[in-house]
Amino acid sequence: MNEIAVQTQNLTRRFGKFTAVDRLTITVSRGEIFGFLGANGAGKTTAIRMLCGLLLPSEGEATVAGFDVYKSSEAIKKNIGYMSQRFSLYDDLTISENIDFFGGVYGLSPALIEERKEALIEQVGLGDFRKRLTRDLPLGFKQRLALGSAMLHDPPIIFLDEPTSGVDPRARREFWSIINELAAAGKTVFVTTHFMDEAEYCHRVSIMRAGKLIALDSPGKLKESYGRNNMQDVFVALVNDEDPRPEEQL
Amino acid sequence: MHHLIVDNVAKTYGETRALKGVSLAVEKGELFGLIGPDGAGKTTLLRSICTLLVPDSGSITVAGLDISRDVPAIRAILGYMPQRFSLYQDLSVAQNLRFFADLFQVPKHERPERLARLYHFSRLEPFKSRLAGNLSGGMKQKLALSCALIHTPEILVLDEPTFGVDPVSRQEFWEILHQIRAGGTTIVVSTAYMDEADQCDRIALFFEGEIAAMGSPAAVKGAFPYRVYRLSGTALQDLKTFLEGQPEVRGIQLFGDALHVSFSEKPSPETWREWARRGGFPGLRWEEISPSIEDVFLAHMAGETA
Repeated sequence: MNEIAVQTQNLTRRFGKFTAVDRLTITVSRGEIFGFLGANGAGKTTAIRMLCGLLLPSEGEATVAGFDVYKSSEAIKKNIGYMSQRFSLYDDLTISENIDFFGGVYGLSPALIEERKEALIEQVGLGDFRKRLTRDLPLGFKQRLALGSAMLHDPPIIFLDEPTSGVDPRARREFWSIINELAAAGKTVFVTTHFMDEAEYCHRVSIMRAGKLIALDSPGKLKESYGRNNMQDVFVALVNDEDPRPEEQL
Repeated sequence: MHHLIVDNVAKTYGETRALKGVSLAVEKGELFGLIGPDGAGKTTLLRSICTLLVPDSGSITVAGLDISRDVPAIRAILGYMPQRFSLYQDLSVAQNLRFFADLFQVPKHERPERLARLYHFSRLEPFKSRLAGNLSGGMKQKLALSCALIHTPEILVLDEPTFGVDPVSRQEFWEILHQIRAGGTTIVVSTAYMDEADQCDRIALFFEGEIAAMGSPAAVKGAFPYRVYRLSGTALQDLKTFLEGQPEVRGIQLFGDALHVSFSEKPSPETWREWARRGGFPGLRWEEISPSIEDVFLAHMAGETA
């Protein structure tokens, strides 16, 4: 079995004269929770769009779940799930309709959608709510439903975008317990966030600035290396630093 | 002197009890934070303070003025920055500021000095001709803050001003709030980011329409009844399973490269060595850490605090 989930080599994307992602090289293992941090405009979104098969690179290599981003973007889309806590679900659809929608988007047959819908509703504990509008759900449920919907097609890789911003602490911790179980079962989890509490849940964290990767390590090692107590301070120190690395690496 | 007094305020929307009898008092010149998840009732309370919403019961006074009677007088001394970006995207930075200056009838001769001050802390002057719609998230928030400050309010009310803003801009935004507070302005700010509690003089932890705890961040954390340790250096999943069987353990959270475990009592060095030996965790490292606001929040939700 291939133990590498995502690999990039000098992945670059330019928009006209602007280089949004500049020679990004990372390797993410199967079962890893990998954090992707950066200020607005640092290149995170562009990088994620390339890894999701939504945007072609200008240069460099990348494979996602073993598929090449240049040649196999359709296969990549079938092998990833995407969840954002605040924006994934349609509030004015019922729970059942939301699941049908996501199943359809991911190309599942109606029979398979029905089967997985039942399993998901059971798993999230939403049996009595299936005909209710999604907007009436408590946030913690909404969030688990969003995660389940993003994984209806059982993808090996999941992208999470600020998955727990605004949810209460108990729901947040339950959510991350689920994510840990998924990772332990071999799912690879990509987390992009502005929320440094979420970065602490990652096995490794990468920080981008101006299109370049400027740090990559575990949260504990990053805090140690930069002599800071929390990821917020590490982030601010790194991103504000005019030139954190020797010139030849830039 | 209390600049803002909220007394037993309740508000119900249909079947939802958004506020269940909330009371708090904010001193003049204080930076007061409402900390809580989405749906806790923060926005309902802030909108009530700003005279935009009438509570079902209870009373609120701002600088001695009553929100049910003195609406224009309160609006004249209060600046409000709502949760959603509320500026005109197709006006420039300077035009938005002028619009708000007109709206609040700021005298023409006072404007140059005020604008200079607002441009100084927001560092938006180089962008004053840029359309608001073309600003970055952090800059938009600074412009919205500047517009809320154009009439030099005595009290500033901000609803989740740092939501969705990147960590660097967020830090900068808090520094600006500290400067404004240093000038004597009272600030009431809400946030769902628990780690921002430390930026405030005092906080109220908000949950399901009620205040679960209130005080300085240190005092609120001090009420946490357990000792928290950060454990690392070994197989964390196995360690978690092992510790779940220990009676002293009150809570365990698995982070990326560490376990945070709260204990009812501080474990002795012998206990640690015993655990490391019995569980087979030779590399186990442990250090006591302070509880986070999130730990405190969870304890309140579980009814575990004194």
